[in-house]
Amino acid sequence: MIARLLHGVPRHALVLLAVVLAILVAAPVFANDYLLTVLIIILYFAYIGQAWNILMGFAGQLSLGHALYVGLGAYTTAALYVHFGIGPWLGMPVAILISVACGAVIGFLAFRFGVGGVYFAILTIAFCEFTRIGFDHFDWVGGSSGLFLPVANYTRNDLLNLRGQPVMFYYVILALTAGAFVMCHALLRSRVGYYWQAIREDELAARSLGINTFRYKMIAIIISSGMTAPAGVFYAFYYNNLFPEQTFFILRSIEIILGPIIGGIGTLFGPVIGAFLLTGLSEALQELLTAYGLDTPGAKRVFYGVCLLFVVMVLPHGIWPPIARLLRLGRRETPEA
Amino acid sequence: MPADIYLNVAISGLLTGLVYGLMALGLSVIFGVVRVVNFAHGEMMTIAMYLAVVLFAHFGLDPLVMMLPIAAVLFGVGYVLQLTVINPFISRPEHSQFMLMVAMAIIIVNSLLMIFGPDAQSVQVSYSFDSFAIGRLIVDATKLYAGLAAILVAAALFAFFKFAPLGKAIRACADNYTGALVVGLDVKRLYALSFGLGAACVGAAGAIIVLIVDVTPPLGPAYTLLAFVIVIVGGLGSMPGALLGGVLIGLTEAMAGLFFTPSAKSMFAFAILVLVLLFRPQGIMGKRLT
Repeated sequence: MIARLLHGVPRHALVLLAVVLAILVAAPVFANDYLLTVLIIILYFAYIGQAWNILMGFAGQLSLGHALYVGLGAYTTAALYVHFGIGPWLGMPVAILISVACGAVIGFLAFRFGVGGVYFAILTIAFCEFTRIGFDHFDWVGGSSGLFLPVANYTRNDLLNLRGQPVMFYYVILALTAGAFVMCHALLRSRVGYYWQAIREDELAARSLGINTFRYKMIAIIISSGMTAPAGVFYAFYYNNLFPEQTFFILRSIEIILGPIIGGIGTLFGPVIGAFLLTGLSEALQELLTAYGLDTPGAKRVFYGVCLLFVVMVLPHGIWPPIARLLRLGRRETPEA
Repeated sequence: MPADIYLNVAISGLLTGLVYGLMALGLSVIFGVVRVVNFAHGEMMTIAMYLAVVLFAHFGLDPLVMMLPIAAVLFGVGYVLQLTVINPFISRPEHSQFMLMVAMAIIIVNSLLMIFGPDAQSVQVSYSFDSFAIGRLIVDATKLYAGLAAILVAAALFAFFKFAPLGKAIRACADNYTGALVVGLDVKRLYALSFGLGAACVGAAGAIIVLIVDVTPPLGPAYTLLAFVIVIVGGLGSMPGALLGGVLIGLTEAMAGLFFTPSAKSMFAFAILVLVLLFRPQGIMGKRLT
């Protein structure tokens, strides 16, 4: 199993990976609270980016509604915890199930009726907006006034109920992200992964080669939505409050996909690098603007937009492919999206 | 008695829908010709709305009078944007174009937020509270003027595409890119022109809609979504479809607001969208996709 995973990966890539992982594992020792919070956000986006990348980067289906699966995961576990006292780890399978069911319905409708490209993207937005408005009127989970998890000042970490200090959350999200990375690596070089890439490059050609494109696109959306749900669980227990206006907001979906697109669609490192750069950029801008007293609302996001514009114009395939070439990494990766 | 209420609400929804239709018409022109999905469409609309608000607040200029100048300004913005920033993205994949437009949308929304702040701003013209009584029906003056203005602009655009040589050239570009190049059309300039025209539509729609709706920066993304819903319901790339879709969505929203709660109105618009995507993905007036 492990030998198969490592097959064909350049040795210096493994060394680099090990160093990065070691730094991340050791980070809480030298990082202060602020840095730790930033790292948590980065890893959180890296994780969801990885999940989104399966659908878009691997199978070529542009989803602009991934906030839906995050939100469903978050709301399911939070509601189970608040109403029945069921802990997040027990709630997570339920959350994943609900997300997958939702993803499967969207996928079935879209792929069965041949909805693709921009149309598929709009369909995913539509379902997410639909859910947002629905949750606004769903009183059992607080409706538009929000759902809150009980908060206390925790002295000891309760991993079972995900109640505790940032360090615990940091390791949870680090484990999730690392797991997602390995899983995506395995998926990318599995039979399914190759079918996905064939569909992404040319669906018609893939179908004429005998690939059941409907089936493999379904698998992609099911894995992607199921993988996104745990991020929602994390979100709910880390932030302790959920509002439909925020959780299912279209900008949430866009935030999710900026990282992988900036980093490099369809690559393993793209979502990770993208999350680092975007969150880092966002935080740095905040510091800079505060330091110069320019901290008016919106200023940070204008700069953010300008940087984004710049990256998209200069690096159409994202940041990772040129870096990979530079480091002679990713021998068997196909950065082309 | 209740029948009157329904009819009044329906007319009001229809008139608002016409303005929606004009906004969506802009999106349809841009997509139909340039093949770029303008994810900053609603944001461009808010630019026009703020222009109208500022012109009214400082110079007392009526938004309906300023409709054409504002449309002209937006035309310029669209023309230059297409020529400089968007043109290199024509041949890039969809998600790349999407990112470009999202970046622009982020810049627009937050620039407006920086300049005008988060509070809603509105225009109170002298006829804000006037209404016409036609038999037992009551029609708001602002909505009537808004609907008529939208029809006027749309008719002008239809005429342009139907009769003007330039309009025909643009349609040729949309029909067959290579063919247009072969017969010697300056496709790059025509693309810029089309984007400008689409932006002008949105500019006019924005100037008109301030009569009915208060403007805040976050309205941009909401209108982008609305424009997409309308255009897909009507048929992406079909100009009559955009108007029809606008009216349909306007009516739906008005009716949903009456029968359920106004906050749930866009849910029904999205429900229509989902149905259309599933059973007639090319839209009501769209051509069958291959």
